[in-house]
Amino acid sequence: MSTIPIEVQDHNPHHSAPPGIKRWLLTTNHKDIGTLYLWFSLLMFLLGGSMAMGIRAELFKPGLQFFEPHFFNQLTTMHGLIMIFGAVMPAFVGLANWMLPIMIGAPDMALPRMNNWSFWILPFAFTLLISTLFMKGGAPDFGWTAYAPLSTTYGPKSTDFFIFSIHLMGISSIMGAINIIATILNLRAPSMTLMKMPIFVWTWLITAFLLIAVMPILAGAVTMMLMDRNFGTSFFNAAGGGDPVMYQHIFWFFGHPEVYIMILPSFGIMSEIIPTFSRKRLFGYPSMVYATCSIAFLSFLVWAHHMFTTGMPVIGEIYFMLATMLIAVPTGVKIFNWVATMFRGSLSFETPMLFAVAFLIMFTMGGFSGLMLAIVPADFQYHDTYFVVAHFHYVLVPGAIFGIMAAVYYWLPKWTGHYYSEHLSKVHFWLSAISINVLFFPMHFLGLAGMPRRIPDYALEFADFNRIASIGGFVFGASQLIFLYIIIKTIRGGEKAPALVWEGANGLEWTLSSPPPYHSFSTPPLVP
Amino acid sequence: MIKEHQHYYVPAQSYWPIVGAVGLFIMAIGGVNVLHQQAYGWYTFLAGSLIIALMMFGWFGSVIVESQKGLYSEQLDRSFRWGMVWFIFSEVMFFAAFFGALFFARYLSVPWLGGLGAKVSTHTVLWEHFQATWPLLINPDPSKFIGPTQAMHAWGIPAINTLILLCSGATITAAHHALKNNHRPALKRWLAITIFLAAVFLSLQAYEYHHAYTTMGLKLNSGIYGATFFMLTGFHGAHVTIGTLMLMVILFRAFSGHFTPEKHFAFEAAAWYWHFVDAIWLIVFVLVYWL
Repeated sequence: MSTIPIEVQDHNPHHSAPPGIKRWLLTTNHKDIGTLYLWFSLLMFLLGGSMAMGIRAELFKPGLQFFEPHFFNQLTTMHGLIMIFGAVMPAFVGLANWMLPIMIGAPDMALPRMNNWSFWILPFAFTLLISTLFMKGGAPDFGWTAYAPLSTTYGPKSTDFFIFSIHLMGISSIMGAINIIATILNLRAPSMTLMKMPIFVWTWLITAFLLIAVMPILAGAVTMMLMDRNFGTSFFNAAGGGDPVMYQHIFWFFGHPEVYIMILPSFGIMSEIIPTFSRKRLFGYPSMVYATCSIAFLSFLVWAHHMFTTGMPVIGEIYFMLATMLIAVPTGVKIFNWVATMFRGSLSFETPMLFAVAFLIMFTMGGFSGLMLAIVPADFQYHDTYFVVAHFHYVLVPGAIFGIMAAVYYWLPKWTGHYYSEHLSKVHFWLSAISINVLFFPMHFLGLAGMPRRIPDYALEFADFNRIASIGGFVFGASQLIFLYIIIKTIRGGEKAPALVWEGANGLEWTLSSPPPYHSFSTPPLVP
Repeated sequence: MIKEHQHYYVPAQSYWPIVGAVGLFIMAIGGVNVLHQQAYGWYTFLAGSLIIALMMFGWFGSVIVESQKGLYSEQLDRSFRWGMVWFIFSEVMFFAAFFGALFFARYLSVPWLGGLGAKVSTHTVLWEHFQATWPLLINPDPSKFIGPTQAMHAWGIPAINTLILLCSGATITAAHHALKNNHRPALKRWLAITIFLAAVFLSLQAYEYHHAYTTMGLKLNSGIYGATFFMLTGFHGAHVTIGTLMLMVILFRAFSGHFTPEKHFAFEAAAWYWHFVDAIWLIVFVLVYWL
């Protein structure tokens, strides 16, 4: 990131937030909308998390304890959908809303009213989705991937609600992404060239592109599902010349870039936090940009590595294996650059930095298990086992979720004007970082030993590791209540934060007071 | 640049987004209720659609009023341009999903069901009498999916429709030139001709659908050929309808004296959308009808 000297901006204090509920319902302010996104995401995180607690409670010991297998399937499905579309994605959009205009010196987002619409679609979409749990026949029970024919021929009636809620989430995401791209491309301060943008802005630019490219593909996939279910088309039915595997191809053409949608903003956050607490500039800024672009480009060419056991031609499997492994190169560049940034830096370990270091280590582990999964003959063994569950939770929880938590701790003093309690947040960090390994690490062993995913009951030999994982899960779940408490406490008060919250921080967001004025930059700031 | 920044128009609070969100919600509930044949399904769906229509009317209305007041800077104009470009890109990707399905069915799933390459056993185990052809007239399991009696030919109505859409692409460009030269009567004339061509296209398309359903046995449920045919041409037709509505709004605004030779982004956005619809049709014509 470029170094930006701190200048005191002259702000116009006349505009302040209107009072009452209308402030939130009708707002066109990027900070308010960012706040809404972040609260919504936290709510969904806790809801999806409580479903995970249910799953871990059921798996605490062999045999059926609490749930019918059918309801267990609904829990895993809803957990996945809520965490992906309700927790991780809105959290990143919330961070983008709050920070992008401030980081690039813009007055607000490019299209403020559409920004509000993007957010307010979400609570309705999730009302639709979550209401399926209370419907006759139950909620969708086919996993978040909604493979045909589980979702077409055998899906419960509520599947149609699921389809429309996905459509709504897609509309919301696409509009949010269009807004973000327009903001970044058009509203930067005059002297902020593309290669001077903070990396978080860069990663969001690429992420927004991915969102606009693949959310419509998902919309197409679920539309075909809707047609197959209700209008007698045969996209995913071989009796009419279609193919259930075709659903998987279309879905994963969306699904793989989606994975990067959930991690690229986290990469951006790391690239802000690590230099700040290393008191150095980010090592290899241009290579970070190129690596992000390469990852996004490659993400379109590797989708079928999720489908090695569907009976693809061997030449296809080899291609998708090699292309997948290629992604390790730009990702390796990123990891190298972060480590090189820390190398001989003047390090300090405030909570955001702790999360960042945990991210580095555990995300790399998740990346390596990903490489293992990319190997076709090995994947025949791992496919649909707990090894896959371990892999994607290692990249999503210490990757995406830790990224979000690091960002929240990093920018919370900026948003609220108060420092959070460093003591409590360290308790939160250590409990989370340890429990997450207790939770997910044994799953590798379970998977390698052959325990399948998405089952409520298992063979006796898996009992020990499952019990360990469940204990880790309960600790991790409980620790998040500390997170909630810290956030509320920080909003209500605490040590006053100056404009420059972290002494090593660089960037336009630190030139504004903490909290920033309701409208950030009335005149564009200077970026050398 | 700095001056432009100072004038970037950040709108005040607005009711339309939340109205739109509620509208979409009611539409979705109504849509499912229609599919599930629940009471009030259509009423709910129509109520949601009405709310959305109202929202669009009000929202676009306030944007037009703000624009006519001169509140919009050049920079805001660029935001709109980026917004429209990326919106059209998302639409392109939506069609890509269905073209992908067509490609997969035609070159992979149907030949595989016919026993291509290593899929010999798939063929013998599932439907050994099935023969892979395209257009697929006899489905693998004809008892479940009755195939069409004949395929759609490219060189009848579809070719005429191609010509009509290509002409409409030219007439909308003529309208744009007229607008830039401040030749208002020509602007209105060419716009009206474009809308007329769009209406002819849609009517011919409706006739073709009627013909397909009544005499060719080509239906949504007549196997993968019918499914891909109707989904691709149907979504294209829906987009032509949206584009036509846009053009009608533009014509109405032209009659109200809106747009200047320098500033007329709404016109350009509608024209871009029209060209997008046109381009998609060319691909539909080549891949769905012709080849």
